[in-house]
Amino acid sequence: MAEFRLPANSTVKKGKYFKADGATNIRKYNIYRWNEDDGENPRLDTFEIDMDNCGPMVLHALIKIKDEIDPTLTFRRSCREGVCGSCAMNIDGTNTLACTKGMDEIKGDINIYPLPHLPVVKDLVPDLTNFYAQYTSIKPWLQTESVTPNGKERLQSEEDRAKLDGLYECVMCASCSTSCPSYWWNSDKYLGPAVLLQAYRWLIDSRDEHTGERLDDLEDPFRLYRCHTIMNCTNTCPKGLNPAKAIAEIKKMMMERQG
Amino acid sequence: MDMRTPISKVRGLGSAKSGTGHVWMQRVTAVALVPLVIWFVASVVQMTTADYFTVRAWLASPVSAILMILFIVAGLYHLRLGLQVIVEDYIHTRGMKVALELLILYGCIIITVAAIFSILKIAL
Repeated sequence: MAEFRLPANSTVKKGKYFKADGATNIRKYNIYRWNEDDGENPRLDTFEIDMDNCGPMVLHALIKIKDEIDPTLTFRRSCREGVCGSCAMNIDGTNTLACTKGMDEIKGDINIYPLPHLPVVKDLVPDLTNFYAQYTSIKPWLQTESVTPNGKERLQSEEDRAKLDGLYECVMCASCSTSCPSYWWNSDKYLGPAVLLQAYRWLIDSRDEHTGERLDDLEDPFRLYRCHTIMNCTNTCPKGLNPAKAIAEIKKMMMERQG
Repeated sequence: MDMRTPISKVRGLGSAKSGTGHVWMQRVTAVALVPLVIWFVASVVQMTTADYFTVRAWLASPVSAILMILFIVAGLYHLRLGLQVIVEDYIHTRGMKVALELLILYGCIIITVAAIFSILKIAL
């Protein structure tokens, strides 16, 4: 059966409280903490952040905590401008990128958890091994039969190039896939919105010559058809993309080749 | 301990090369059910105060009987497809899954056949 309740050793306990001494303009951050080594349950630590000495984004606060308050706080980050996808986490109940999420968009305390329903490595770092393996499985590269044009690139019309808009921008942050209940219950077999959006990106690339084989690989009750179009993916995408539409387009291609 | 690589687990048994038929039939029955449900509800509402013999006579008329059989077949086919998806979504224990799938399939077939038999018994 699906598990709707957390196992006993995953129940989140109350954690430490870090006061910001002397600060007048304060916001509270409640952050999920867990590490494999101490054998304890996960806990929710609260950090007071001096807003007069902090940048405007959620990531600014996380970096401030790591630099000045608790260096053991663990999270992924890199580009700090929404192009690398590293700092995806659950902020204020929604999966998004900490670097592009402004604190002014959130009312009250700011609650931060790792991306839902993935194994946690430590604190806000989830294990994305399966997610990346799924990405590899759809062969996210140009596959061709024809001989590569001698010394030239493969040409693509402007119209065909435009079909990749809204797809190529995906940074594989996994926000959408981990917002999807179907992916929660069946991520061993269902590819999830992020990977299916990428699959569609190669399906409609006019230069790719393996469209049929790609569709063959996706035609499966679980890999593709666990999507029931509830649109959580589109709702949560920090890049404003529409994975649900990409999946619907794949389903249309499946219908189309039935004749 | 599972020593298989992540990609080996993801590739698994490969694609089933099916699934589109399921979605298609769910859509086909859904479209058919739009007029059939309207007809069914309208008929039942009309007969809320009717006595047993009026309802029997209504069901015995060829148009009602044929529409009712179509409603039963489309409805239960649609029901079976929908319930199957729920089981696939949520049930991960192999034995339980097979048992429920069979229960749903046999249940829908039995109800369909029994309903058609009853309609024909009244109509013919």
